[in-house]
Order: sequence, then C-alpha cells, then structure tokens
Amino acid sequence: MEKRVTFGRWTIGILFAVPQLILIFTFFYWPAGQAVYWSLTLQQPWGGGNIWVGLDNFRSILANADYWNSITASMIFAGISTGLAMVIALVLAALTDRQLAGSWLYRVVLIWPYGIAAPALALAFRFILAPEAGFMAVVNKVWPGFWDPGLDGADAMASVIIAFSWKYVGYNFIFFLAALQAIPRSLIEAAAMDGSGVIRRFWDIQFPLITPTIFFLLVINITESFQDSFGIVDIMTAGGPANATNLMVYKIYSDGFKGLDYSGAAAQSIILMLLIVALTIVQFRFIERRVHYR
Amino acid sequence: MTIIKRGFAALAAGALSTALAVPAIAEPVKFDFWFGLSGDLARVVDTLCKNFNASQKDYEVVCTSQGNYDATLQNTIAAFRAGKQPTVVQVYDVGTATMMLSGAYKPADKLMEENGYKIDYSDYFPGIARYYATSKGEMLSFPFNSSTALMYWNKDAFAKIGKTEAPKTWEDVGADLKALKDAGYDCPMAINISANESWQLMEQFSALHNQPIATKNNGYDGLDARLEVNKTKFVQYVTDLKKWYDAGLIKIKSKDLGQDMVQAFATGTCQLILTSVGDHGTVGRTQKEGMNWDVAELPVYAGTERKNSLVGGASLWVLSGKSDAEYKGAAAFLNFIHDPKTALFWSTNTGYIPVTKSGFDFMKSNGFYDKAPYKGREVAIASLTASEPTEITRGIRLGNFTQIRAEFGTQMQAIFANKVSVQEGLDTLVKNGNAILERFQQTYPGKTLP
Repeated sequence: MEKRVTFGRWTIGILFAVPQLILIFTFFYWPAGQAVYWSLTLQQPWGGGNIWVGLDNFRSILANADYWNSITASMIFAGISTGLAMVIALVLAALTDRQLAGSWLYRVVLIWPYGIAAPALALAFRFILAPEAGFMAVVNKVWPGFWDPGLDGADAMASVIIAFSWKYVGYNFIFFLAALQAIPRSLIEAAAMDGSGVIRRFWDIQFPLITPTIFFLLVINITESFQDSFGIVDIMTAGGPANATNLMVYKIYSDGFKGLDYSGAAAQSIILMLLIVALTIVQFRFIERRVHYR
Repeated sequence: MTIIKRGFAALAAGALSTALAVPAIAEPVKFDFWFGLSGDLARVVDTLCKNFNASQKDYEVVCTSQGNYDATLQNTIAAFRAGKQPTVVQVYDVGTATMMLSGAYKPADKLMEENGYKIDYSDYFPGIARYYATSKGEMLSFPFNSSTALMYWNKDAFAKIGKTEAPKTWEDVGADLKALKDAGYDCPMAINISANESWQLMEQFSALHNQPIATKNNGYDGLDARLEVNKTKFVQYVTDLKKWYDAGLIKIKSKDLGQDMVQAFATGTCQLILTSVGDHGTVGRTQKEGMNWDVAELPVYAGTERKNSLVGGASLWVLSGKSDAEYKGAAAFLNFIHDPKTALFWSTNTGYIPVTKSGFDFMKSNGFYDKAPYKGREVAIASLTASEPTEITRGIRLGNFTQIRAEFGTQMQAIFANKVSVQEGLDTLVKNGNAILERFQQTYPGKTLP
C-alpha cells in the first residue's frame, strides 16, 4: 500500500502555498488587474485623475487602420520568424546529432546567440544589414537599389525577422538536440540495418519522436515573437519605415511611454494578451492532437 | 520573540542615532536634478553641478542623467506618481504642454520671487522665452539648453559652381543642387525623414514663413487646436523636397542606413544639410581635413518676409511636493544657471546658444564668436531674433507632440517611398495628428492651458 503524507488541517497546506500565491498576485494579477482598469479609463499621465470611459479605448483602437496594420505586421513577423528559427534549428540539431566532424564545437557555439541581449544583437545586425556601410552594401553595389530598409517596408521587416530568428535558432537548437539525443540509438540503428537512409530515418523515426518538443517550441516561439521582438525593433527600425515594422508590442511602448497615452497602451496590451491566449488555445486544440507523447 | 524584540530595539536605536546625527553636522541641503543629456553633454552638466556645489556651502545638487529626454519625462512621471520626484527636472521643448497641464510643478517665476531672486525676464531672447512661457507671458520653467536649426554648406563644393555665398531662397537651393549634381557631386544635399526631422523640416520651416502648424495659434490658445499643415506653404516645400529627391539631388542619410547626415556632411559626401547649431562642434571636430564649410540661416521661399526661427532644446522645471529648504536650493541653482558666466561656460563646452541677451553680450565681449571653432554660431542668434515673435512663431503648444512628430516621420516615409502622394500623406498626418490631439483634450476635461 502506498504511504501518503497528509496534513492534519487544511490551513497548513494553504500556509505553504501562500508565499507562491503572494508572488503571483503581486507580479501578475495585480498589474494585470491595473492594466484592465486603466484600459477602461482615461488616465492623466501625472496621476491628476481619470475618467471612466468604458470600452471607448478598445473601440477607438479597433477602428484605427494603423492598429490593424500593426496586427498584420505582428502576424507576418510571428509566422515567418517562428518558421525560420525552428526549421534552421532542427536541421542544425539533426546534423549535430549525427556526430559529423566538429559537432562538439557546434553544440557549444550554436547556443550562444540566445545569450546575447536583444539590443546588442540588433545593433550588430544594424551594422551588418546597413545598405551603405555593411555587408549589404556589397550586394547593393552589384544590384543598385536592391536593399533599402530605410524606405522599403519589406526590407525592414526582413531585417528584424533575420535578427530575431538568428537569436531563437540558438534557443531552439538546445531543445532539438536534447530531444534527438534522448531517442534510443537502438531504434535508429535498427532502421539503418533495415536499409533506410538518413532522410528516411529522420522522417519516419526521429521526427515523430520529437513532436512533443516541436510542439513546445512552436508555442514558445510564437509567444516570444509577439513579446520579445521589442528590443530588436526599437534599435533596428523604430517601427518604420511608414509603420512597416510597427509590431504590436512596439506600438504599446511608443503609445504608452513616448506618447504618454497610458490608457490606450493598456487597452492594446489587453488585446495582445487575449490574442496570445487565443493562439495558444488554437495550438493546443488542433496541433497537439498530432503530437505523440511517449 | 525576545530576539526579534531586541532586534527591533537595536534597529530603532540605530535609526534614532542617525536621525539625531544629521542636524548635528550642518550638512548642505541636498536636492535632485534629473536631466536627459548623455555622453559628452552629460559630463558638461556634471561639471556645471560641481561648479554650483563649489560656489556655495548651503546646498548640494545631485545631478543624474536619465539617458534621453523621453526617458527623463517617463521616469519623472513614474517617480512623481510614487512621491519620489526630483526637485528640478529638464523637460524637452515639446513636453511643455504636457508639463503645463500636469499640475505637478511649482512656477519658476514664483519660486524665484519667493526666495528673493530678481530675474529680468525681458533679458531672455523673446524667441526663447515665449516658447516656454504661458500665453500670458509667465515663465513656468527656465530655458536651459537651447539651439535652433541652421543650414550647413560646403564652401569648396559651392566654389566649384561659382558660388561664394549660401543660397538664401529655396528657389536658389533648387538651382544650386542641380548645378552641384552637374558638377559631379553625387549627393548635393542630405536629409533624413524620421520623427526627429519634424523639427527642422516642418516646425522651423513653418515659423520662418509665418505659417501655422495648428489652429488656435499653434495651440497656445486652447486644447481644441487642430493641425493644418496640409494646407499651408509646407505642402509646396514637401513637394519640392520630393521632386529633388526623385531627381537624385537629395539623398536620405540616417544612422540605420550607415551614415547620418551630419557625418555625411563632415566627410564631404554631401554638400548641404539642415540641422541644429548644436552639431556645429561635431562637424568641426570630425570634418575632413582642410574642408571649408560654414553655416547660414535656413532658406525661405522667394518673396517671404523672414520671421524668427524656433528654439529647440529643453527647459528646467521645478516640481511640486518638496520642502522649503529644497526650493531654496533649487532657486539658488536656477539663479546660478542664469548667470552670464555660466552661459559662457555652457556654450563653450556644448554647441548650445546663450538664452539671455546679457549672456550673449558677455560672450561677445569675451571674443567667443571670433575664435575659430565657435565662429559662425552667432548666426543662430540672428536666426532666432530675425523678427519679433508673432502669434504663430512663438512656438508650438500641442499635447503629445512627440506622437505627432512620429506621425510626421511615418507619413514622410510613405511619401518618399511613393506609397502616397504628397497631399495624401499630409492629409493623413493631419487626420492622425488630430486624433492624438483629441485624445489629449479628452484626457484633461475642463482644463485649460495657463
């Protein structure tokens, strides 16, 4: 029979949970509640007072074409950067897992990008991708006018996607490599003895076995691409040109802190939160079905 | 329990002894000054603070850089909401309307009067004083670092096309740019079109031509002011800039692209730029060896009666909720900054201009403007004092103007990328800018600008 440790009174259990609950309340529920309150009022920035406006903030945001443009830009950014970061990381991890020459080196080096702070990374990519001075200047010499993130929105979007993906390749790589190395060697060796090639083994054995990791990374990457893109956008494009890279999280910052429109920014952050929750639910509802947990 | 009690007792005793120790030694009254300058300029402010602390024994100012103007305002607001605001804070020009409605300040003129300082407000250059004063002329804050926009031109390049003087009208500029291009210069003029350039391209241009940016005298007369730059001379200006850009006479230069316009000018890549007098020192320090250049007032369209240009920079606000002793210190500090000798120190070490006539005269009598690196900066004073400020050239008193500037950048980029026509872009600028102004007005119901 299983021996269970129980507390005589339920109050002791609650007492143990209290520190955690206080932490969650102070750092999550209280600020979130404050944001909801602000989004329903018009706040004077200096705290001089506020007026209850109900859902007016949400109405004016949703009626604003710039805001919808910002949502579209965020979706494009999330889709492409998640795809790039995951596919590249998976390929690199699969190659490293095959113990090719020098794989011990990649294993260490490929993790580094995730350790670099977003602003530092963005600064580096700004130099690399500068059309007049950086690496792209060479390309521009060959095809004049090919690369112009200063005026061409698509080029600017590409810049921030490249920088963001580069960082998350490192993050995804760790997880993929760990997942691949957790697959028993015997399975792969058995398949090899049956005569299947590298590609075949990858699709039929390794890929299905790492679907839980893929799913986990998909959820994390999409969530992070909505939130963690701020530093990169701020340094590289500041939302420009002509709002082409004005992602939702950057718009919240610029409206709230530069424009001192705390209420509008609070409403936007509520919408962003709901959007991420909805996307996560969709992923769990429809994609998780195809995940095989061992 | 007893241990805890004893601990408390010890703590209380400790706190008491430190509290008692403070008045025993007559320490100077400390007060905080937050500012938004960084790098070299922050070091100059630090020296200024040291000089003030060394000049007397009663007060000690603690100066802290917050990195930039935006962050200074944000941090001050956060600190104010938490009751931990600094006594003196530097707020940039476009934050003036927000400050005036904040109810978080102590009027500077009252502060000086209460503490027995006599300030001659007519000594300020009117173009500078009016920008920060109320519509009735009261000074709620003290002008601090001030600049205005100038045209920087490469004398060598212009000599090649037979010109020895800077163009005075935009018509001349157009012809000269064409001539420079024909003479083989790849980049006759450099501009940038981000939010920051709203200052020289839209605001200074409008003031020089006595054109309004918004109704209600640019917002001085009420929060219900609305933008109207889509039907002033500014439309023609943007049209010309776009035309010259399309013809390859103007190049866009920004840090994101590899080289900002000041660098592009200093290295001789581009021959004409419009930027702050504050960059005068930078160009001098970083210019290509032997390059001849000078500054001139911004051009106007032919037939325009030139008005004064606008001041840019920041002013010093004294915040409410501080002790009398701290206010005494703040008043002494503002008085110190007002001194002509401080003006000389400040302008020598930065590119900023003196804000008072006595400061300017003191600097002139010291031969400041005759010496090589500073020669030419007097053009900024000439530009600021080109006329008595009109109702429109006093300044801009619009809420959340930072966001309107951002909208300016967005629409200019759309125009220059051929996404919209000039008129469409400026119409959108006015529409979106007015939404910002309406929202600002709604946030302060029943309040009026002082």
